[in-house]
Amino acid sequence: MRYLLIEDNQKLAGAIVERLQLDGHAVDHADRLDAASACMDVANYDLILLDIMLPDGDGRDFLQRQRRAEKRTPVIVITARSAVSDRISLLDLGADDYITKPFDFAELEARCRAVLRRQGGAADNQKTFEGTVLNLTTGALQFGDSSTNLRNRELRLLEVFFAAPGQVFSKSHLIDRMFSFSDEASENAIEVYVARLRKRLEGSGARIETVRGLGYRMIPA
Amino acid sequence: MKQPTSIRKRLFYQLAAVAAVLSLAFVLVVRGVASQAAEGTQDDILAASATAIADSLTSEDGEVTLELPYSALSMLGTINEDRVFYRVMVQGETLTGYTDLPVTRSPRRLDTPTFSTEMYRGDEVRVASVLRRVANTATGSEVVVSVAQTRSGLAAISRSITITATGVGLLFFLLATTLSLLAANSALRPLRRMTGAVTRRGPSDLRPVTAEAPKELVPLVDALNSFMGRLRASLSRTEDLISEAAHRVRTPLATVRTQAEVTHRKLNKPEHKKAIRDMIRAIDESSRSAGQILDHAMVTFRADSLALDPLDLIALINETCDRLAPTADLKDIALLRELPDSSVPFNGDGIMLQAALHNILDNAIKYSPEDSDIAVRIASGAELRVSIADQGRGFGGMDLKDLTTRYSRGTNVGDVVGSGLGLTIADEVARAHGGRLELSQSKEGQGACVSLILPYV
Repeated sequence: MRYLLIEDNQKLAGAIVERLQLDGHAVDHADRLDAASACMDVANYDLILLDIMLPDGDGRDFLQRQRRAEKRTPVIVITARSAVSDRISLLDLGADDYITKPFDFAELEARCRAVLRRQGGAADNQKTFEGTVLNLTTGALQFGDSSTNLRNRELRLLEVFFAAPGQVFSKSHLIDRMFSFSDEASENAIEVYVARLRKRLEGSGARIETVRGLGYRMIPA
Repeated sequence: MKQPTSIRKRLFYQLAAVAAVLSLAFVLVVRGVASQAAEGTQDDILAASATAIADSLTSEDGEVTLELPYSALSMLGTINEDRVFYRVMVQGETLTGYTDLPVTRSPRRLDTPTFSTEMYRGDEVRVASVLRRVANTATGSEVVVSVAQTRSGLAAISRSITITATGVGLLFFLLATTLSLLAANSALRPLRRMTGAVTRRGPSDLRPVTAEAPKELVPLVDALNSFMGRLRASLSRTEDLISEAAHRVRTPLATVRTQAEVTHRKLNKPEHKKAIRDMIRAIDESSRSAGQILDHAMVTFRADSLALDPLDLIALINETCDRLAPTADLKDIALLRELPDSSVPFNGDGIMLQAALHNILDNAIKYSPEDSDIAVRIASGAELRVSIADQGRGFGGMDLKDLTTRYSRGTNVGDVVGSGLGLTIADEVARAHGGRLELSQSKEGQGACVSLILPYV
């Protein structure tokens, strides 16, 4: 996915960019509203992450200008204000969702997915492997005539394999991708979810193979 | 010296004391005037009687003689059962009558009677004496006619007048006292009204007092308003400072957390990963507590000046569920909305209710196991009941009172991050709307069920 991050704090912006890139996303960073407008003139983004307090204006004004210009790129506001009243006014201004600093990237990703699903702009956000199609936004898994919807953790796990077919991923890497920091995760849990995915993929052109001592990889069936 | 604590009492006592003095004065004056009048009447009759006797004096052969006119004495007999005495003295010698009747004040001038009060035969008597000159010899003789009467009738009259006067005085005192009580109350009514207007306020309602104040209280009201103005300014500065401080730390916290996530991903050793994970959890905990403390302050503030707006509870619940669905999704928790299609209108404070629902639902997600369901239901009867039931660890036998106490947490929370304010917030919102929070075991047999119960206003 392609993100535009509008955030004036360089350190935070740098960390967010690096963190999103780790999950395989493309991120452009603008530290001012005019830079953000320039970015939007030349590129199409799946999602905008918007900070409110910026050196050349208020993020809320930017939001309103976007909505008046009928630009529908989803916006998730990153706010330092946690009060309910602040949050409600953000939604009234046309933000699709908001997330309060400091935030969990797993939660950010879940919110991005939810926003994209609501927008219906999820159709092109999919990956194909051996005739098996995984929609990264909706979690729909299609092969042949069958279509199922993965649950969140199944999707997050399969997404890793679809990003790099054939590559071996360690259990520890998979734990990082599947669980947020508030969860107690164990290697057993990975085995449970891999077993589930195998069931889901039965009859498709893909299967998940155990590489003894190393981890798992996705290979053609 | 101990000062009287109540203006009303002081006012009442002062008015009552004045009434008592006036009543006493009234009784004394009436009694004095009445007894004087009665004495005057007796004196007049005695004098008339003595004069009538004196008029009957004649001179015969150089001797003074008297044909006592009984009418003169009978006019005295009208008064009660008083006894009447008389004595006629010619040149100091008793001519007729009671020789031992004391006449201490002999009249010196003709036609001017003298009066005196004496003790005679064990009774008090009033004596009136007149002087006559009878021409029986060349020089004439001086005759003193004295008529006396006991005073028991007079005392009776005086007593009855005193009783009546005392009765009237007492009645006046009671009446005046009652009126003083009313007057004291009515004089203090504006003060009470203002006191009421001030005490009914919540602790954060610092608007100026606008209750109508009598002229004497205007300076007090002005002083109060100016004091509240200064307090308001100081409070709002403090509030700004707190929320500003809370916001300022959030950006660096976000930087630290994000960098920690990046580092966590790059590390391989489990013990290093664990250290970073603990750090991230600590950041989440502080951020969550800060948010809930601000939410709690907001709820307390709004509860004091509760604004009731018409709103749709279903829309509110749906918004809250939409907001938390991604969080639930992370743990593969399904939010089952068992809600009617139609709207459920309710008058309440939308922001507070949202804070309450958010905290209850957030709690439910936090304590739910992965791959479980959370049911959100609404039932309307005499009151509205919004229930959120999870399949988590339940309340471990703790009751509502313990769990809604600020910063208290269940005994079975284990390692779940929390500040202990979530249910406190929900409980305060419920009570601000005249409702309550109810904790129970879920219908499903395990897990917790939190119900927000709201009466229709």
